[in-house]
Amino acid sequence: MAVGKEIRSQISSIKNTQKITRAMEMVAASKMRKTKDKMEATRPYSKKISQIIRHLAQANPEYQHPFLIEKEVNRVGVIVITSDRGLCGGLNSNLFRKLVIQFRDWEKEGKEVDLCAIGSKGASFFNGIGANLTGQVTKLGDTPHLNDIIGIIKLMLDAFYDEKIDALYVAHNEFVNTMTQKPVLTRLLPVAAGELEDELQAQGHWDYIYEPDAKEVLNNLLTRYIESIVYQGLVENNACEQAARMVAMKSASDNAGNIIGELQLVYNKARQAAITQEISEIVSGAAAV
Amino acid sequence: MTMTIHVDIVSAEQEIYSGLAEMVFAPAEMGQVGIAPRHASLITNLVPGEVRVKINEKEDYAYYVSGGVLEVQPHIVTVLADTAIRAKDIDEAAALEAKAKAEEALQNKTGKADYAKAQAQLAEAMMQLRTLDRLRKRTS
Repeated sequence: MAVGKEIRSQISSIKNTQKITRAMEMVAASKMRKTKDKMEATRPYSKKISQIIRHLAQANPEYQHPFLIEKEVNRVGVIVITSDRGLCGGLNSNLFRKLVIQFRDWEKEGKEVDLCAIGSKGASFFNGIGANLTGQVTKLGDTPHLNDIIGIIKLMLDAFYDEKIDALYVAHNEFVNTMTQKPVLTRLLPVAAGELEDELQAQGHWDYIYEPDAKEVLNNLLTRYIESIVYQGLVENNACEQAARMVAMKSASDNAGNIIGELQLVYNKARQAAITQEISEIVSGAAAV
Repeated sequence: MTMTIHVDIVSAEQEIYSGLAEMVFAPAEMGQVGIAPRHASLITNLVPGEVRVKINEKEDYAYYVSGGVLEVQPHIVTVLADTAIRAKDIDEAAALEAKAKAEEALQNKTGKADYAKAQAQLAEAMMQLRTLDRLRKRTS
């Protein structure tokens, strides 16, 4: 029967789309579990390292590392962590919106912004709007390793040492739960004193034996501290990406289901009308004979 | 009963070992160190080598680190292990690579901008066609 051929082909094409979105949803769901585990696995390290730095800051107040000194901010460095791929709802655009608003505020205060991007989406967005992009790493995949981002962090830390930037921030999405991801902007440098100084009072005064010396050890530790925070942001953002994609693909599959239902109704009506018309033609033909 | 000390070995990517041990051996920058319970507080950088945890007379646990930091308090030993091989030149090279990529992207920006421009023009043309279509329908 020739009725509603267009509608039939439209239905089948939407069904194909639905198959794809449903597959992506399931892939994202299984990846989300993995990335979430990875996110949990990074916690012990950053907890330990911040504990040690806290001890150090307490035991060794005479040496002031440049990372710990507050100063006037004229130029800001930001490391932006985004996903490499799209189709994950408003995840990246929410982060961009927050950042652009923040940049505008900084601009009003006369602060310039240097950017480093981790993830292709951020790199192409900030390239597109003509921001000052000093470094980028992309295509890190679902299981990024710390060595992948050492270079880009060093770039920013060197800029801080050379006083090209006076503060360093990291921007990424925070995993609240599967349904919600929140864009956050955290200050890395100078290391917030308040963050390190809680729970200091309880213990008595004591100091470490340093090998080779305090300065070197502290240097080493602070670099790793920053790296661990950025790495944690990266794996957290990864978990967010998968969660956001899962939700986006679920709603896409649901929408496809709705459209298929509506089209099916239209198709059935057309078919019924055609049959009725045919019968009435036959009947009237028979009556005429 | 022998005295034990709590040992945590963690890397930035995962927790590697956590438990009690009789002694810990680590490759410190100034030479190999062995840490027994109630060692004085110590903090030192590690060089590539093997961290060995002696759990008891029979059991041993060894882990290779490519560097990191060892922190000792009288009852806790923490090894912050590096997962990557760290050297000043390697870090430098990685930093340069990240920078080069950004510069390359900046040079390709014209290509990307062209693409965006073409897309905008296409959208505009589509809208014009649609309006024409509508006009034609109205007149016929």
